[in-house]
Amino acid sequence: MKIGVVTFPGSLDDRDAQRAVRRAGGEAVALWHGDHDLRGVDAIVLPGGFSYGDYLRCGAIAARSPIMSEVISAANSGMPVLGICNGFQILVEAHLLPGGLIRNNHGDFVCRDQRLRVENASTAWTSGFEVGQEITIPLKNAEGGFIVDAETLKRIEGEGQVAFRYLDLNPNGSLDDIAGLTNAAGNVVGLMPHPEHATEPGFGPDTPDAMRSGTDGLTFFTSVLEGALARA
Amino acid sequence: MSTIVVEVMPKAELLDPAGKAVAGALARLGKTEFSAVRIGKRFELTVEGEVTEAVLADAQRLADDMLSNSVIEDVVRVYVLEKPVLEGTGSAA
Repeated sequence: MKIGVVTFPGSLDDRDAQRAVRRAGGEAVALWHGDHDLRGVDAIVLPGGFSYGDYLRCGAIAARSPIMSEVISAANSGMPVLGICNGFQILVEAHLLPGGLIRNNHGDFVCRDQRLRVENASTAWTSGFEVGQEITIPLKNAEGGFIVDAETLKRIEGEGQVAFRYLDLNPNGSLDDIAGLTNAAGNVVGLMPHPEHATEPGFGPDTPDAMRSGTDGLTFFTSVLEGALARA
Repeated sequence: MSTIVVEVMPKAELLDPAGKAVAGALARLGKTEFSAVRIGKRFELTVEGEVTEAVLADAQRLADDMLSNSVIEDVVRVYVLEKPVLEGTGSAA
């Protein structure tokens, strides 16, 4: 199964996302922001970073790049799309997910191993989790405060579109401790924390068992691969 | 050459950490008469030739669709600058 990872000018974690795909057993395909070609992939990751230097608004210019017209139409046809950090911001700016992401309420960049609760285990990217499962993956952002109008918030909470919630502390002032969302169909998921940085023992978050042994992020990628196999 | 100005501000009900930081600095300078600061954006769109109604309407549409995000920002004003900005000076004449 091929999972495309889009590189925008200013993407940082595209290589990490490609590696995470390979560690999960998938074939990683590099996609370029300036192309109109998805190169036959079965799923797409929009990686973290600072596309276009966060000019205009985080993700705003990337959301209007050539490849995104293909990504948007594929997402609307049911292709799994995962947006990580800046990728989440791009999904929001592309209106594939509701709301917006603003400067952290404390004003600072935050980098920490973040505990999350999985709220929706029925999406393409979370089917390997259990609802209520607690996972730890790195979080690193300055503009991760999720906001949305009260009516939409009520709707997404009611319809199970909150995919992940922050535990222990709210690192950026996000409404309802929301760390990640899914669309109504469950194929598009976006979150601020970085699953691709928790896929390999020795390089992940600390766990009670051993330092840097956390690999909770791998399940995002195995979920989408297993989902594709089940459909095949 | 003409210039269309688009002014965008963060929504009033949202926290503006950058503005708050500036307000804090003003307070430290003893400028207590300024109780709050909010920071917005000003876009200057240069138009070769006259600004027709169609061009202005297009700018208005862009202001809403791309230059601002209605979830977090408001377009305050879209207008044609009376006197074009002088090249290279970076300031309105």
